[in-house]
Amino acid sequence: MILIVEQFLNGLQYGVTLFLLAAGLTLIFGIMGVINLAHGALYMVGAFAAAWVTLQTGSFWIGLPVGLIVAAGVGLAMEVTVIRRLYARDHLDQVLATFALILIFNQTVTLIFGRQPLFSQVPDLLSGSVQVLPGLPYPAYRLFVIGVGLAVAVGLYLLINKTRVGMLVRAGASNRQMVRALGVDIGRLYTAVFALGALLAGLAGIMASPILAVQVGMGEEIILATFVVVVVGGVGSVKGAFVAGLVLGMLDTMLRAFLPGMLQGLMPGPEAQALGVGISSMGIYLMMAIVLLLRPRGLFAAGD
Amino acid sequence: MKRLLTTVGLLAAMAAPAFAEPTKIGVITTLSGPAGYLGEQARNGLTLGFAAAGADVELVIEDDTRDPNVGLQIADRMLNEEGIKVITGIIFSNVSGAVVPETLDLGGIYVSSNAAPSPLAGAKCHPNYFVVSWQNDSLHEASGAAAKKLGYTTAVALAPNYQAGQDAIAGFKREFGSEVTEIYTGVEQTDFAGEMAQIRDKAPDVVFQFHPGGQGIAFLKQYQQADLLGNIPMVLSEPSYDGVILKAVGPAAVGIAGTTHWNADFDNDASKALVAAWAAAYPDTPLTTYGQQAYDTGLLIGTALNAVGADDVDALAAEIKKANFTSTRGAFAFGANQHPVQDWYLTAIEADADGNPMIVTKEKIREAVGDVYAVDCKM
Repeated sequence: MILIVEQFLNGLQYGVTLFLLAAGLTLIFGIMGVINLAHGALYMVGAFAAAWVTLQTGSFWIGLPVGLIVAAGVGLAMEVTVIRRLYARDHLDQVLATFALILIFNQTVTLIFGRQPLFSQVPDLLSGSVQVLPGLPYPAYRLFVIGVGLAVAVGLYLLINKTRVGMLVRAGASNRQMVRALGVDIGRLYTAVFALGALLAGLAGIMASPILAVQVGMGEEIILATFVVVVVGGVGSVKGAFVAGLVLGMLDTMLRAFLPGMLQGLMPGPEAQALGVGISSMGIYLMMAIVLLLRPRGLFAAGD
Repeated sequence: MKRLLTTVGLLAAMAAPAFAEPTKIGVITTLSGPAGYLGEQARNGLTLGFAAAGADVELVIEDDTRDPNVGLQIADRMLNEEGIKVITGIIFSNVSGAVVPETLDLGGIYVSSNAAPSPLAGAKCHPNYFVVSWQNDSLHEASGAAAKKLGYTTAVALAPNYQAGQDAIAGFKREFGSEVTEIYTGVEQTDFAGEMAQIRDKAPDVVFQFHPGGQGIAFLKQYQQADLLGNIPMVLSEPSYDGVILKAVGPAAVGIAGTTHWNADFDNDASKALVAAWAAAYPDTPLTTYGQQAYDTGLLIGTALNAVGADDVDALAAEIKKANFTSTRGAFAFGANQHPVQDWYLTAIEADADGNPMIVTKEKIREAVGDVYAVDCKM
């Protein structure tokens, strides 16, 4: 029982991280039609900036906002210099350009920070554990990440559904040409959306940095799962990113946690492990295939 | 004027062969991606090692990006086009598994400063293949022996699901002897929350994990955050607690036990010379066993080159086999499969004056052991 609850919370935390990354990516893909492979690089930039500032100042709570500002700033610079020229172009050109950006970002970070991962740790306030159930001390920091993710989900919901800017974002996601024809300054909207996406990616990176290693290439580890979430949730839909992110996060965690054990009842140790690990890493892609068979445009329509 | 220039030019051209060209040594290592600092350690260690041996070499350094195909292409180019006869430097066993057979087929010598996978240590051993670090399994057998010596009877062992990870768990199990639950993680995985839950559920006496580089950092941090650190002891093999990992993890590593074949606090002259040279040349980079292994490799190859030169590959291989150098770990000899026979030590991670983790050597737990595959080698 304790194991199931703990794995459930783990899945929730992973799902929320995926949501933070996928929300930005789905808006960029849905509204601007740009496949941004370099989204993982923004995740890395946020993590590095926050970790470095935390090291210098000694406080995570200073590192957090600075990291967000740096991530949004880098996203802004990226949009103005590179992404802007890709709106009218083929998806393949966009993939090539953003892939180049990944390589440039990785090498730039290596030049600035060297090859060794940066030190980052959980802030003292959150370094303990919470007795979620008797006998289950769950890391307080992971609960914090879940909380932040859910708060961002609520905040994005309010932004997209209750504000004028949100209305423009939804309109742009469903029909870009019409919004432009109605006289809205589409360029400014695009820049704002990209900066928002970069901010969310940076936030995901900062949240992850005390748990994982802050190292060059950390974005690549999570970007593939993020794309799966975007596709399953429906391109351009933040609600879709939320639902798909949580579902995929849970599915991936639960499969990896319980499938090898279940298989071990059927076959000898190392083979069961290998098969279990193999199937569970396929899990989210199988799910994507099934969802696309039933609903080719993803779970939710663009602009939700 | 023109005649003067021509004469001078011809004289210079004739004089050139009189100056011996430095021997080119191929270094294929991982310099990019999350594990890039391991290749950096190897490169630095080799540079210092060859310098200490006084050998006249030129290191041709290339990045394999942890990809066996890239490593293979680089090796082909080095051996076929650049006339390189000695290659070293590979960090990862999957790259090694591709490059070493190719190097040996093309008549080169491979001296490993790190990766030593089990398939190449037994029946597939070769007179031109040497390992200076340790055989993969023996690295983790030491941890198994240590865990057994410390009196633990049940263990959970975790490692990524590739050759070196499988060797790790196999080696640990072999020496530990009692009940071991095996958990294989993903090669790129950095979030181990699921595995922490499984460990908590199993409640073993001891946890053994092999996660090099960035994975090791993530694992240790999460072990502490999951409140397992003070509760379930951990025994590690070297790659999981190197100096860079400890620097990135900080106090979360204090209290863990480990095993190693070398530590910076060793008392012999060669080791002290290495520590001093490293601190002078690379003051911002902690010295890890990857660097020490590469240093010993540089010393070994350099000493052999000084003795017989690089013209005859067979003579050079024979000279390397003699291992006529003073190793930083004290006692060193090659076993029948040309992998090391050496001592292993128990270490503890303690807090230094600033609260940062440092590795302290405690006692010798295995003396002059090789590896289990040597008997299968029919050289």
